[in-house]
Amino acid sequence: MIEFHDVSKRYPNGHEALRNVSLRIEEGAMAFLTGHSGAGKSTLLRLTTLLERCTRGQVLVGGHNLGRLSRRRIPYFRRNIGVVFQNHRLLMDRTVFDNVALPLIIAGHGHADVGRRVRAALDKVGLLDHARAFPITLSGGEQQRVGIARAVVHRPRILLADEPTGNLDPDLSREIMGLFESFNHVGVTVLIATHDISLITDLGYDILTLENGSFVHGSGMAG
Amino acid sequence: MADPREPARFKLSSTGRGRLRAWVTRHLQTFFYTLGMLSRTPLASLLTAAVIGMALALPAGLYVLLDNVQDATRGWDGSNEISLFLSLDVDDGGAARVAGRLRDWPEVDDARVISRAQALEEFRDLSGFADVMDAFADDNPLPAVVVVTPAVDAGNGVAMEKLLGRVDSLPEVDFAQFDLAWLKRLYAILAIVERGVLVVAALLAGAVLLVVGNTLRLGIENRRQEIEIAKLFGATDAFIRRPFLYSGLLYGALGGVIALVLVWVCVLLLDEPIQRLTALYSGDYRLQGLGILASVALPALGALLGLLGSWLSVGRHLTAIEPS
Repeated sequence: MIEFHDVSKRYPNGHEALRNVSLRIEEGAMAFLTGHSGAGKSTLLRLTTLLERCTRGQVLVGGHNLGRLSRRRIPYFRRNIGVVFQNHRLLMDRTVFDNVALPLIIAGHGHADVGRRVRAALDKVGLLDHARAFPITLSGGEQQRVGIARAVVHRPRILLADEPTGNLDPDLSREIMGLFESFNHVGVTVLIATHDISLITDLGYDILTLENGSFVHGSGMAG
Repeated sequence: MADPREPARFKLSSTGRGRLRAWVTRHLQTFFYTLGMLSRTPLASLLTAAVIGMALALPAGLYVLLDNVQDATRGWDGSNEISLFLSLDVDDGGAARVAGRLRDWPEVDDARVISRAQALEEFRDLSGFADVMDAFADDNPLPAVVVVTPAVDAGNGVAMEKLLGRVDSLPEVDFAQFDLAWLKRLYAILAIVERGVLVVAALLAGAVLLVVGNTLRLGIENRRQEIEIAKLFGATDAFIRRPFLYSGLLYGALGGVIALVLVWVCVLLLDEPIQRLTALYSGDYRLQGLGILASVALPALGALLGLLGSWLSVGRHLTAIEPS
């Protein structure tokens, strides 16, 4: 589902964020991406969602060579991916419902369809009662769950998360990880970047470790 | 949640089902969303619309004024006459004979004589120089005049000129004057004023574009995070542009309505003093406001300008925002 072939990314300021990185994550797999901050985790995720293009190598996502994807196609490409952020990036002037509905509105779903799917997604993360609330009134863990509901409401094939538990205590973090696992169980390919090794070692999924822009051990194969 | 039977390859276009319905849904969603957005900051929205309204009200008001002047002077075309000033040596009898001959011409409807004495009398009454005129009592300096009402239409300039030339060449006629010449000059002046109103209107239309553009530039800046998130979840440029285009459209339309109200208020305020003025000229003239067509056209024009302004502004500023 996600393949990197000898991918390098060098920023205009000369910083080389990724060096000859290869990886392969099969459809329906779940994997973790770890490493120090600045090791290249975020860059790898940014290349996967086409926020940036690699300077060398080849990135294949969902059967598409991203180097050949025209700018016009990028929005449609991104609709197949759900993204969860460390700081959840919710819109504070919108209700929880409206935040979660955004990907569906973007994809052009009808009113009734939007309502049904948003309620299903909020139910899944246990926040159906808070649909009318504003994110600011929720706790950090609840806000992150809203972010996750938004990331899965349009039923993406891939779920990416960048430090989704970065600001949460261990109990909440485990709860969030449990949510990601449940999505993986229904077939979503999940890739989570985190530096919280203790949280993920016991879960039994592939762990890809980046250091200074290269993988430390393992071949980067998951699945 | 992916269906395992589906191939792994992503679909890279919007779903094909019910394109028209999806289009309508999208636009309705955007319209109400934009309306909600504007009503959340009612004062700021109203101020922007008011600026647009005033910019539109000025040319619209000038247009109303011009329209009224043209309307008021239109009736004057009826006094479509040619005055033939005869030579001083032609007496009243000669004048009557000239008039009689002219009445037989096909292009002449009527010809009537103002004798030299009548002319003097009339001039004495109307000019206010009665005392001076009395000095001429014995030696009338005014010629006899034959007033010709042409059978040709006043608007038909060529036929008019031909008739004017023909009567001017009569031996008894000293010179012939087409009385509408001054009206032609008035119309020429009005044409210049009309052009001026167009120039002012064009300048203010430009101002509306700038106002809308600047307002939306700030709006885009305020909603930067939202735009980034929307782009991350696969929003097309068109999707992101749409609410801004709608708000430009709504600003413009609302501005047009405000302009309409302003013009009507001005007309109501001016109507009474103008009636008093026309009463002094023993006339009765009511100030005309904007017609139905213009009343619809003004908000429509405002909406169009708002749309254009937002389109110009949004295109430039949105591409500068990429998610990070």
